[in-house]
Amino acid sequence: MQPDMVSKVKNHPKYRELIAKRTVFSWILTLIMCSIYYGFILLVAFDKEFLKTPIASGSIITIGIPLGVVVILSAFLLTGIYTWRANGTFDDLTREIKKDVQ
Amino acid sequence: MRNITLFGLISALLLSVSTVFGAGGDLGQVQKQGVNLSAILMFLVFVGGTLGITYWAAKRTKTAKDFYTAGGGITGFQNGLAIAGDFMSAASFLGFSAMVYNKGYDGLIFSISGLVGWPIVMFLMAEQLRNLGKYTFADVVTYRLEPTPIRSMAACGSLVTVLLYLIAQMVGAGQLIQLLFGLEYWIAVVLVGVLMILYVTFGGMLATTWVQITKAVLLLSGATFMAFMVMYKYGFSFEALFTQATVVHKDKLAILAPGGLVSDPLSTISMGLGWMFGTAGLPHILMRFFTVSDAKEARKSVLYATGFIGYFYLLIFVIGFGAIVMVSTNPEYLADAAKGTLKGGGNMPAVHLAHAVGGDIFLGFISAVAFATILAVVSGLTLAGATSVSHDLYANVFRRGRANEADEMKVSKYATFALGILAIILGIQFEKQNVGFMVFLAFNVAASANFPVLLLSVYWSKLTTRGAFIGGFVGLISAVALMIIGPTIWEETLGFPKGSALIQYKYPTIFSMTLGFVAIWFFSITDKSARAQVDKDAFEAQNIRCQTGIGAEGAVSH
Repeated sequence: MQPDMVSKVKNHPKYRELIAKRTVFSWILTLIMCSIYYGFILLVAFDKEFLKTPIASGSIITIGIPLGVVVILSAFLLTGIYTWRANGTFDDLTREIKKDVQ
Repeated sequence: MRNITLFGLISALLLSVSTVFGAGGDLGQVQKQGVNLSAILMFLVFVGGTLGITYWAAKRTKTAKDFYTAGGGITGFQNGLAIAGDFMSAASFLGFSAMVYNKGYDGLIFSISGLVGWPIVMFLMAEQLRNLGKYTFADVVTYRLEPTPIRSMAACGSLVTVLLYLIAQMVGAGQLIQLLFGLEYWIAVVLVGVLMILYVTFGGMLATTWVQITKAVLLLSGATFMAFMVMYKYGFSFEALFTQATVVHKDKLAILAPGGLVSDPLSTISMGLGWMFGTAGLPHILMRFFTVSDAKEARKSVLYATGFIGYFYLLIFVIGFGAIVMVSTNPEYLADAAKGTLKGGGNMPAVHLAHAVGGDIFLGFISAVAFATILAVVSGLTLAGATSVSHDLYANVFRRGRANEADEMKVSKYATFALGILAIILGIQFEKQNVGFMVFLAFNVAASANFPVLLLSVYWSKLTTRGAFIGGFVGLISAVALMIIGPTIWEETLGFPKGSALIQYKYPTIFSMTLGFVAIWFFSITDKSARAQVDKDAFEAQNIRCQTGIGAEGAVSH
């Protein structure tokens, strides 16, 4: 990459905006995913009784089953949320930066 | 007393996990079955089809870029299916469903651990890899670091990961095929080796990807059909299915809640780290991000892959419970009705269930799909290994980046051939060994050596060549060493007495990964060399390409 291109992009206000927004967003989502997964694992390790509770009186299905399914769905949902925001906000910013510097 | 129980639980945990991920070398007691004709016929159809794909792909594979990355022209949807295919190995199909069959809910916990690495790959790696890399993840790491040492280090990490994984797959393949098709072990291993050499040498990444896609579609369809038939039988009521399962299973109501498998939080978290970040450091998975045209398609790949893998694991949960109610109660599938053991061994619930819901023809179909699954996974691994040899070691280290493309292509084909032969030999050598630990070891190396270097090279501006080189090897060596002196290898494989292992952790990822990160950090911040300044100064330009894709490798049109 040419040095003048580097300085042009680096000083572009939209570039700073892109980096700030994407970095924060990525790490927040990473944190959410880790909390959900390790939260689930800690429940399994320390509070099995809670996971054994039936979802409704008379039902045989335990809270643990829908909760496990929710962890699986949340993984998909979080990747979906990231894709949706990246396809919109992040790609728009990138396009504007490219248009200005090239 | 308490320690002994805990120890037993952890060993059970490791054994189950290692069979579950990857083709799991240890398929338990294997008894050779009679020759299964409909399975062999269907498998021949699959082989014919995939050789057709290879022929088609060979005509389109001319340049190195075609060979390594299918010309960068795979769409996000196709790549998502292929990545899901890499993950849905024969033993995650057979092993996970067997785990649900035996332990109920605990099987679900392992499915979840296998899935949650994907969102992390998406948030931190997928687009960045696509924007910075060309053929291998070493391209990303050497974007600003000194190529020769860093590529050598990255190639070591890649090859160790690929070889360990490949041995586990080959041994698993031999045992499984012996089981399902009634072929001799060595014939099965040679057959897998020869077919994979053909796919990769002639068809490169294009053939490898389409073989993987074909298999993923077959496996997803087969599993969907099985789960559908199970739910159909119970009027689509989970209440009815679970009630019946708790009546017939020996553990009764306990199968609907976590059992004893997860009890030591530190081990569990360490294991979770291994699976989660190992996923983000597997060379054959990372390589798939270079097969799409841009960051947007890379993103889509992960989204689709996560969706397909999650869906597959939910199906497996239903299939496992379906097997409890339809297989364990049918004397036709039991070797010993009193003990409840299955014909063919412990990994057979899904195979018997296929027969229970679809008769001989569907059984043949599922057996053929299981074989196809192994073929597709070993092909991806071999391609990743060969690329590491030809692109990283030959072209960039040995020839210092001055190799011409024709030579590089030639080397990659020789390397594929050599790796294929090596895989056959090792597969036969390790027949009687317990190779179950190798899958976790591969993930552990990926998480402790490949992942830290890759992550910091993308995100940390103060990373230097010295830091990455020393840290990468510290991660690699400690990942292997801590497993060797741990109970799995020291006691169970090398046969030293119980309790004599120097550390009592079966999952050392939490230590080896930390060591890797700390070493990279320490040897970078204390690095005052001239090269260190070059490394740091180049971060800005790298970050611009990483964030915006300006200057990134594009796709070629076919």
